[in-house]
Amino acid sequence: MSPLFTDRALLWVSALLYLAGFLTGLGALTRRQASASLRTVLNSFLVAGWVVQMAGLYLRGTAVGGCPLSNTFEIVQFVAWSAMVLYFFVGTAFRLSVLGLFTAGYATALSLVSLLVGRWDVGHGDRIFGPNPWIELHAALAVFSYGVFGLLALTSLMHLLQNWSLKHKKLNGLFWFLPSVVQLDQINYRMLMLGVLLLTFSLGVGAAWWVRDTASVDLPKLIMTVSVWFVYLVLLILRWRSRLVSARFAWVCLMMFLVALMSLGPVNSSRHHEVILVPER
Amino acid sequence: MEPHPSVLFLLGASHHTAPLAVREKLALDATRAAILAARLQQTPGVREFTLLNTCNRVEIYGVAQDGDALSVLQNALCETTGVSHAEFESAGFLRHNHDTVAHLFSVASGLDSQIVGETEILGQVKEAYDHALARRWTGPVLNRVFQKTFQAAKHIRTHTAIGAGQISVATVAVDLAGRIFGDLAPTKVLVVGAGEIGLKTVQAFQSRGAGSITIASRTLARAEEAAALAGGWATTLDDLPDAVAGADIIASSTSSPDFVLTRDLIAASVKRRPARPLFLIDLALPRDVDPAAAQLANVFLYNLDDLAEIAEENLAQREAEVAKCRAILAERTAALWPQVAHSLGHAR
Repeated sequence: MSPLFTDRALLWVSALLYLAGFLTGLGALTRRQASASLRTVLNSFLVAGWVVQMAGLYLRGTAVGGCPLSNTFEIVQFVAWSAMVLYFFVGTAFRLSVLGLFTAGYATALSLVSLLVGRWDVGHGDRIFGPNPWIELHAALAVFSYGVFGLLALTSLMHLLQNWSLKHKKLNGLFWFLPSVVQLDQINYRMLMLGVLLLTFSLGVGAAWWVRDTASVDLPKLIMTVSVWFVYLVLLILRWRSRLVSARFAWVCLMMFLVALMSLGPVNSSRHHEVILVPER
Repeated sequence: MEPHPSVLFLLGASHHTAPLAVREKLALDATRAAILAARLQQTPGVREFTLLNTCNRVEIYGVAQDGDALSVLQNALCETTGVSHAEFESAGFLRHNHDTVAHLFSVASGLDSQIVGETEILGQVKEAYDHALARRWTGPVLNRVFQKTFQAAKHIRTHTAIGAGQISVATVAVDLAGRIFGDLAPTKVLVVGAGEIGLKTVQAFQSRGAGSITIASRTLARAEEAAALAGGWATTLDDLPDAVAGADIIASSTSSPDFVLTRDLIAASVKRRPARPLFLIDLALPRDVDPAAAQLANVFLYNLDDLAEIAEENLAQREAEVAKCRAILAERTAALWPQVAHSLGHAR
């Protein structure tokens, strides 16, 4: 295949398209313009970046013989891709024009960092999940839930910025375009519910196979993933009971995602052998 | 022999040129507007016209066959309104052709308004045009000029920041409420004190669709009177703790020398509804709301100075946009004028 169309080349193009979208949105904000045409340009860059990223991940998936989640590079790329998918749904539903800018910046940062850190892209070999599609689904859902938590971190950051601007009476510039505090709080709550639901389902699927071969998952990975899930679940309960709300809730969501991101490395490095169980008939 | 070209004209006076006393005389009520319109229809040589009549301006836009018609028109305006010719000479203006288009663009875009960037004027221009169109006072020239005016005004509104930010204390407060709650329909507004500024704030919130309004005053009779005017509920200051706990937005404007809304009262109310933010607007001097309440989580407190400062910042930003808007309108006027000139019979 031509080197122009390698998976990494496509992922570079995708990262640059995200960057172009981010710069377009930033330029519009600094000029205090949020016209429909500028939003269309921003969204066009993001759609193009997402399509090219999907093409890159498809090529990588073909090469590894499954969902491309075989190393940190692929996981981070998949998280960025997932966040963009969610933006296309959430951004349209809630008319959050600024969310496009934040998602573009987030996807650019994740994509570029994963491309620039060469040692993250060290493969585990072909068919890392073995022939079991359930394990692949478990992994894909888990990483997708990280995409949701990533977007939750972004909307939490937006909430904190809006809260700060209103508290300190600094209302111009970027703050002028942010959605209201109540809207952001509701979005955060829904996003948290979705993330917890996806992660619960993913862990449920994983657990169903893990009990058949407890040696298939290292203890650090088990502790780390269950801890992340448990903390997010507690967070959801606290929000539901109105014990943790508004800016404090947003702070915890933001911090929790940083912790969850940091857990990806240990989780990935503790994957030591393939799961080759097949469903019982 | 070639026919004489027609002239697109503007005759009138505005707050820029006429003192209040003259504007008061020039103001056209329905009867005088009808009389003037009848005079204009009967004036030989006047082919099309529209009357724009607001509190800050009386302007006649029209197309006349020749310059003589314009002096007849000026007489008609002076006679109808009782303004002397000398007064009109010093306070009025007459514009022709290209300058008329440029002026109308500027007026409809809010650049010529007393409060730069206000949007009400565009509605008034549209209303004036619709009124004239329905009575067949307009023709091909004015129809084209006004349609292009509306397009230009819309372009200015969407492509510049001329209308960005509110510039009165009450509307700034409503704008801030929008940034806290988004949709104001489900919000509950409590107004403490039934004074003029409190009622103006109520009107501003109602115009943005605020869900329910409660007015609290020292006496129930006063509160009920104000609530009847505003279309809300009434309560007394004795019931303040419950009223505060149920409110999302509180605007306070009493003449009390002490804090009416203390930090403890606010803290206790917030505890009863932790998931909802509370927006406090202190419109009183001396202040009604303890400034320490601003430190509470999920509570946003703005006093008169804060709101006035935001209004001033917004106005300064609007004024900074004027030059940009004028450049855009100049381009659009230059693009339109050749077509209008052709319709008027001017040589190319």
